Amino acid sequence: MQLPDAELLLKNLVKEIQPDVASKHFALIGIHTGGVWLAERLHQELAITLPLGALDVSFYRDDFDKIGLHSQVKPSEIPFEVEGAHILLVDDVLYTGRTIRAAINELFDYGRPASVSLATLVDRGGRELPIAAQYIGETLKLPTDKMLELRCDDHGKLSLNLYHKSLSE
Amino acid sequence: MINRNPQLDAHGVLQHLLTTEGLPASILLQILDTAESFVGVTERDVKKIPLLRGKSIFNLFFEPSTRTRTTFEIAAKRLSADVFNLNIAVSAQSKGETLLDTVNNLSAMNADMFVVRHAQSGAAHLIAKHVRSEIHVINAGDGSHAHPTQALLDMFTIRRYKHDFHNLRVAIIGDILHSRVARSQIHALTTLGVPEVRVIAPKTLLPKMVERLGVQVYHDMAKGLKDIDVLMMLRLQNERMQGANLPSPEEYFKYYGLTPEKLSLARRDAIVMHPGPMNRGVEIDSAVADGKQSVILPQVTFGIAVRMAVMSILAGNQV
Repeated sequence: MQLPDAELLLKNLVKEIQPDVASKHFALIGIHTGGVWLAERLHQELAITLPLGALDVSFYRDDFDKIGLHSQVKPSEIPFEVEGAHILLVDDVLYTGRTIRAAINELFDYGRPASVSLATLVDRGGRELPIAAQYIGETLKLPTDKMLELRCDDHGKLSLNLYHKSLSE
Repeated sequence: MINRNPQLDAHGVLQHLLTTEGLPASILLQILDTAESFVGVTERDVKKIPLLRGKSIFNLFFEPSTRTRTTFEIAAKRLSADVFNLNIAVSAQSKGETLLDTVNNLSAMNADMFVVRHAQSGAAHLIAKHVRSEIHVINAGDGSHAHPTQALLDMFTIRRYKHDFHNLRVAIIGDILHSRVARSQIHALTTLGVPEVRVIAPKTLLPKMVERLGVQVYHDMAKGLKDIDVLMMLRLQNERMQGANLPSPEEYFKYYGLTPEKLSLARRDAIVMHPGPMNRGVEIDSAVADGKQSVILPQVTFGIAVRMAVMSILAGNQV
């Protein structure tokens, strides 16, 4: 199937978030790995002044008992005060909602934010938890046996990649 | 049939941490990388994550230890596990219960993990072979054999300050003969690609044929410390010292105690490490222990992150 151009979706997303940036003073947090690439671009294009945060939700996942610890855990880094901040969580693909649940749990161990919003490049439906994104690049309907992920080439250009579930770890 | 490493399952996945000997660099590095993420957790306001919620970890200490037991306890609690400390030196064993009976009883209480410290080399191996496959065992020091988590936290500390293992000269100094720490350090350093590992000690405190471990042997601090990047001091183990291996602590300090003068023979940016507890004025001078090049307290901090990493990797590696 023909996947949309990630760079184009990024432009859509910037337009969606832009009107709220002035009033909310968003602090951006990307979720590893695709969400961090996306957050870096949003941070730049929305000219956010607060430094960029990054979360690796491996320690908060609900499938630890099934699949163990991810072999490449990256440190979470939140270089600003979470207490009282308007947080904009950024992830590349929104699917079951479990990653976002884990991210919110982790976030609250840093403090009590004033609000948490979610931006995603692609919402592919299939939610298993009551979670919704406020800013969406595009909504796609995809077969359940397919995984969608964001890629970033050496020049920082973003693209979407669809692959069969059996090829994931 | 190849005699496989008792720490690994048939697929090479880590099930127990008993020794650094024979573990591939990929597993050592996975532990160090995971520990990096836990350092961040230990610096937050809420120093706890829910990863091992509902798991029961038993600290089985058949030999007295305050520091190691406490760091394992803190690590387990920060992972939200339930921790039970058993000082068996003063409980069931003094009533005659065997080691494996103790383990059987605790397994029947649905233990998920044992952290074992024992004066006998091989005790943790024995328990690992005996327990059901879903139970994981961490060796917290067995006799003069191994102390893998100490060695791993030392590797973590070295990487933090020196960034790369492949261009380092490392010296391990002191009582190599009785030291489980030294053995585990040597295996970890060589596996991680440190090109030159030296041991510096009097002949009486070196095991026979120590060169076979891939180290260079020095008996003289002035020669041994030249061009060294990392000094790993060892504690003089008075309690393991049988007979007259040493003339006196004062004499030992004169020749092998790390003073500012001796430290100045190593590289100017060398770091000084010690697994604790220190004998000040025996193996190390206070001016060095508390000096600028000392990373002894960071070692303690990193030790918690490294033990959290080991516990969570093991708990996640279910068969």
